[in-house]
Amino acid sequence: MTEERPKDEERDGPVPEDGSAAAATREHDMDATTGERERGARIADETSGTTPQGDTSGQPNEGDAHPGTTGTGQDPEAASGGGAPTALKERDEDWEELTKRYRASEASIDFSTQLGAVATQDEAELLTINMGPHHPATHGVLRLLTTLEGEVVRDVKPIIGYLHTGIEKTAEDKAYWKAIPVVERMDYLAYYFNAQAYCGAVEDLLDLDVPKRAQYLRVIHLELNRIMSHLVWLGTTALDIGAMSILWYAFRERETILDLFEYSSGQRMHTRFIQIGGVADDIPAGWADKLLRFVEEMPRRLDQYEAMLSKNEIFLQRMKDTGAVSAEKLQEWGVTGPLLRAAGVPWDLRKATPYSSYDDFDFKIPVGTTGDNYDRYAVRIGEMRESVKIIHQAIEGLPEGPVMTGDRKVALPPRHELATSMEALIHHFKLVTEGMRVPEGESYYPIEGPRGELGCFVRSDGSSKPARVHMRDPSFINLQAYGDMVRGGYIADMIATLACIDPLLGGIDR
Amino acid sequence: MPDVEALERLAQLVGRGDDSTVLATVHRSRRAEIQVAADRIRETLEVLRGEGYTHLMSVHGVDYYPEEPRFGIVYELLSYEEQDRVTVKVRVPLSDPHVPSVTPAWPTASFQEREAFDMFGVVFDGHPDMRRILMPEDYIGHPQRRDFPIGGEPVLFTGNEQQNPGWWK
Repeated sequence: MTEERPKDEERDGPVPEDGSAAAATREHDMDATTGERERGARIADETSGTTPQGDTSGQPNEGDAHPGTTGTGQDPEAASGGGAPTALKERDEDWEELTKRYRASEASIDFSTQLGAVATQDEAELLTINMGPHHPATHGVLRLLTTLEGEVVRDVKPIIGYLHTGIEKTAEDKAYWKAIPVVERMDYLAYYFNAQAYCGAVEDLLDLDVPKRAQYLRVIHLELNRIMSHLVWLGTTALDIGAMSILWYAFRERETILDLFEYSSGQRMHTRFIQIGGVADDIPAGWADKLLRFVEEMPRRLDQYEAMLSKNEIFLQRMKDTGAVSAEKLQEWGVTGPLLRAAGVPWDLRKATPYSSYDDFDFKIPVGTTGDNYDRYAVRIGEMRESVKIIHQAIEGLPEGPVMTGDRKVALPPRHELATSMEALIHHFKLVTEGMRVPEGESYYPIEGPRGELGCFVRSDGSSKPARVHMRDPSFINLQAYGDMVRGGYIADMIATLACIDPLLGGIDR
Repeated sequence: MPDVEALERLAQLVGRGDDSTVLATVHRSRRAEIQVAADRIRETLEVLRGEGYTHLMSVHGVDYYPEEPRFGIVYELLSYEEQDRVTVKVRVPLSDPHVPSVTPAWPTASFQEREAFDMFGVVFDGHPDMRRILMPEDYIGHPQRRDFPIGGEPVLFTGNEQQNPGWWK
């Protein structure tokens, strides 16, 4: 390097920025070396002066290090760091003060109220540990304040909010159409569901009918999304328990579904396919064939998963009789979805209060008996099979017709009309710039998401922006029952149970 | 949804013995809502529980700024047997944002009331653990209020906490 650099300078002439800069720093380095050595020695002296006497082992090391670095003269950190010692000192004090205040605020948090009853039993035997927020087994940034007695979990407090992005607030600042993409990003494995809940709520306010073909297309995509979400759940849960290969198989099928999403909407995730009044576009040519191939393939794949897991001794021992809570208790906590169905309550909004033409399809609600983790696993596998059946019926019986409502106050006019119709142009302009106006009112639109009841509350004040968007996210509600599920069990089961709750932190924190 | 008559019957049941309980009823195509006085919310939900609405599916806050009373707390009730939903709403002013907590009777409200407190500053009296849930514990202000600016708050980079201009005052 030392040989090449001068050559570059000569060749490039007067203003080679890179070369001159490099040269300057090198010169500075060379100048700095002597001063640096002194300064380094001084710092070393200062530190050795302040270090406690017991810490003698640190001194020789430091003394060795400084001559070493300064001798070669290639330590850019030493050169740049020694610029202004007084400023550095001030900053250090600043930091010290900050750290001190931070520590004080940290120490002021009183956990005794949170741990009350448990901690007083026998404080000497209890250990409170913090799990997360960055922990691979928490499926996101979830923090679990866990009180252990040996291996047994005595209490656990979920602490959330690390992924709070204020999507509900953001949506208030967007026109109704433009809020769909942000709303989709709440529960990031169930984007079609988020969009359906939100669009359904707005359609309620608009008193809008969605064409039958659009409803069927919504159902197909919702059920594909449900399979996709359950596949991610299956892969990560098995991974938490120690079965690695199932993850790759589950993600292989997930890829197929994401390809289908990309084929129909252009995006693999957060597709914005469902929109107010219908869906964004009709399915492209060849999509149905691709979907049918997947539908035929999927049941066999599910058989393979079950062959790997359902008779796997380790898997069964980890899943059977762990994390079980009675159905009554779960309902008190407001738990819905596969968790509740695993406990034997056949409650499914697709059957109970059908939306988007779900009453056209023949499917069953898989339910469990004891509500342990194995039932949760079995219910989700069963749900994937039922979803495949629904998709098959929907694509076979897909009606002809438009995929978007004919209401021009909501739907964009067809492209070709813009060239010939003044009114179409005006409406297009108004919709794109201002957006649609929604009559005043409130609505709550619940659907059956992959994790339970996903309800969207929308309040309109008559303008073109929603005055309030709130998601009743099932992950958020279901997490409340977690303490009851794991209390008294082993810490290893705690991990398995958390995985089986299938919490989505994007949905919890929103 | 209950039809208009059924909704009125529920409102009658809720308001029995106290004329000041039920403030209004709203009936739309897919929504039946009873608005009650804030201090009667616990009794109201108990009456509706007796009528089969045994599940509290959602509790959330709404800000009606600039209307007064400004805040609304919405309770979405569900009946598994009737497969039916009814909404209960209370309104509280900014000067006295207090609602009795329903968490002791409906544990599912716990997180959701905390979220409403966090986002709107409505205090739920009797909640066992009334703290913020999504925002940091030392956060000042309630970001879901309509007069809270979007993107208006300064970013707290590590080290510039002193430069905070006190936007919440």
